[in-house]
Amino acid sequence: MATVLEQPQIWAKELLLNGCQAVAQGVKLADVDVIAAYPIRPYTEVMDALSKIIADGELDSEYIVADSEHSQFEIVKHASSVGARAFAGSSGTGWMYGFEALVVTATDRLSPLFLVGNRALDDPGAFGVEHNDALAVRDMGWLLCWASTAQEALEHVLIGYRIAEDNRVRMPMALAMDGAFLTHSQHMVKLPTQEAVQRFLPPYDLGNRRMHPDNPVSIAPQVNEDWVMELRRQNWEAARRAKDVVAQAYKEYNEIFGNRYVSPYFDEFMTEDAEVVLIGLGAVAMPARTAVRRLRNQGKKVGYVNLRWFRPFPTEELRAALGRMKAVGVIDRDFAHGSPDSGGIVVHDIRSCLYPLTTRPAIANFIGGLGGRDISIEDCIRMFEVTAQAPNRAPGDELVTWIGLRE
Amino acid sequence: MATQLPVVDYEKIKNVHATPLEEFYTSGHRTCQGCESAMVMRDFAKATGPRTVVTGATGCMYVANTSYLTTPWIVPWMHTQLGAGGASAVGMAAGLRALMRKGRIPKEKINVINFSGDLGAADMGVGGISGALQSDYDLLIIMYDNESAANTDIQATGSTTYGAQTTFTPPGSKHRIMQRRWKKNIAPMLAVGHPTCRYVATASATFPALDFMNKVRKALAIGGPTFIHTFDPCPKGWDFHPKYSRELGELGIKSGIFPLYEIIDGHVVYTYDAQKKGRIPVREYLEKQGRFAHLIDEDVEHIQRMVDSMWQEWEVPGVAPFKAGLSVAAT
Repeated sequence: MATVLEQPQIWAKELLLNGCQAVAQGVKLADVDVIAAYPIRPYTEVMDALSKIIADGELDSEYIVADSEHSQFEIVKHASSVGARAFAGSSGTGWMYGFEALVVTATDRLSPLFLVGNRALDDPGAFGVEHNDALAVRDMGWLLCWASTAQEALEHVLIGYRIAEDNRVRMPMALAMDGAFLTHSQHMVKLPTQEAVQRFLPPYDLGNRRMHPDNPVSIAPQVNEDWVMELRRQNWEAARRAKDVVAQAYKEYNEIFGNRYVSPYFDEFMTEDAEVVLIGLGAVAMPARTAVRRLRNQGKKVGYVNLRWFRPFPTEELRAALGRMKAVGVIDRDFAHGSPDSGGIVVHDIRSCLYPLTTRPAIANFIGGLGGRDISIEDCIRMFEVTAQAPNRAPGDELVTWIGLRE
Repeated sequence: MATQLPVVDYEKIKNVHATPLEEFYTSGHRTCQGCESAMVMRDFAKATGPRTVVTGATGCMYVANTSYLTTPWIVPWMHTQLGAGGASAVGMAAGLRALMRKGRIPKEKINVINFSGDLGAADMGVGGISGALQSDYDLLIIMYDNESAANTDIQATGSTTYGAQTTFTPPGSKHRIMQRRWKKNIAPMLAVGHPTCRYVATASATFPALDFMNKVRKALAIGGPTFIHTFDPCPKGWDFHPKYSRELGELGIKSGIFPLYEIIDGHVVYTYDAQKKGRIPVREYLEKQGRFAHLIDEDVEHIQRMVDSMWQEWEVPGVAPFKAGLSVAAT
């Protein structure tokens, strides 16, 4: 006689949530111990949501209203050092105000998670999205990934802590979301059950590195040329190991929650037989995919790659995915003034990644959507057209096209 | 009208022989001969005992104390950024409280201490310390004040005495005095601004004997966020022979240029009442330090007048620079 095994319930309910609210639900499910808040648009709604969750008794966590982003980030760094799971976040210049603390959180190998609601840097003040804020930590020993839906945002709080706290990694995690386009747009979001989350995410265990009278360690004493290179090397090795830990975390996530992610690092849309693709971070995926569908209807072999993880950078995976293309257009919602060919930040990593291939695609670069300007479906179609012409570009032609610029 | 002082129940060290023998800050550091700030470190750790976690902000007590692989700290210690003293204490206290409440570590009283220098605590980190003093966590912030950025080659800070020579304020042929700012009155500033902070004190590690250690114990017994400002003569920065460190502190306190007091629940208690005991001339304190060697008589007289004003005109002598009393001054 066949026995029917009772399947543990994975999903608790489905709610209409914006990106910030979804992250707040993720923080609640991760049973975070210490939260430090400071207001700045647009990330700040996650803190509004969390304070209410705590006020209603749904989460047992310290909630500290800090006096600045610098204090906010230092608070979660030191909470993390005593073994508490900690959460903070910011946007734009707020993120930059606390930058010193962000640097040492990585070099101290602590694992708080931060939401970056991407916002343009001042001046002039602008609330809309740009990616320069989050990208600023790319060289500092951080985990850095972009969510492109509210569902992904919630799930990447859990996946983020899982990777960041892993003994082989021990790095802080920045979960980035496009300001307004994701922080404040609503999606139907499935909430996992607490039991399912517990199966996936073990408690934070700092082991013999935690600050406690029973474990009297001295953390981050002064070093100079006699040791600092060896310590940098350890950070470097951890960042390399993170690649495999990311893969393992998604594998386990898929096993518990159903096959939700084909690849951890990026999603491919209609790329199987594609010759020309665009690649970008964050919410631009939506108009880009619509543009792909329209161009496919006209018989064009186009596709879109939604890059999720920027650190660790999926070098081999992108070589495999993009190497066979005729042309790749890189969308930068950021700027890198004075950099090679005056490109954005992302294009340099993509181009550098593809350079060792003997046959490699032509590269086009697009700077667009700055300060929250919309990148429309038509803009995406134009980017595909320019990218398709990239193999015919003469030496000396501009790499970069500004999209949606008033000229 | 006499007011009743709050009674603080704490484990007082009654005489020098009763001082704990155990050291929690021991060999392994390379602070200068005659370093009073190192005495502050040693004494607070002695007073708190082993159930303690400590952060130290960037400064000479970071760089000179904790070279990699030779830590002097027996208690757990962690570096924090120059302006992060307050936040580091809040972070540790919050983390420990949450973990104890959730049953992840045993419930017990763990002393949470941050020490920051004058550059860290009185200048860059004052906002963060203000935030910490508004919190409801049990923590103690010690500002060790050697009146300069002593680790970066003696630069002036907001806490440097008027007239002092530093590498940012050298006397020159046109300007004799480059340090024209009066020392920031940090302890009362924090006390006045944070009415729920129950204990603020000033202290010296070595004068009067045991005073600082007992203030540390009192702060921790009273609980909540607390603050102690110590006065640390620095042979290197103040230019005097290391054997006079303790004497310099005593002279500073006896001259009244550094008042010694506690503010407990808003009550000011002088722990050495320079005014009542008869202030010695401030010249006796200044003339023993090379950093004041360029001052002429009128400079010393100016400093004396400022110190006299602190004790004779201020509403709370030596503490709070209000002169109008409780009535509003006529315009």
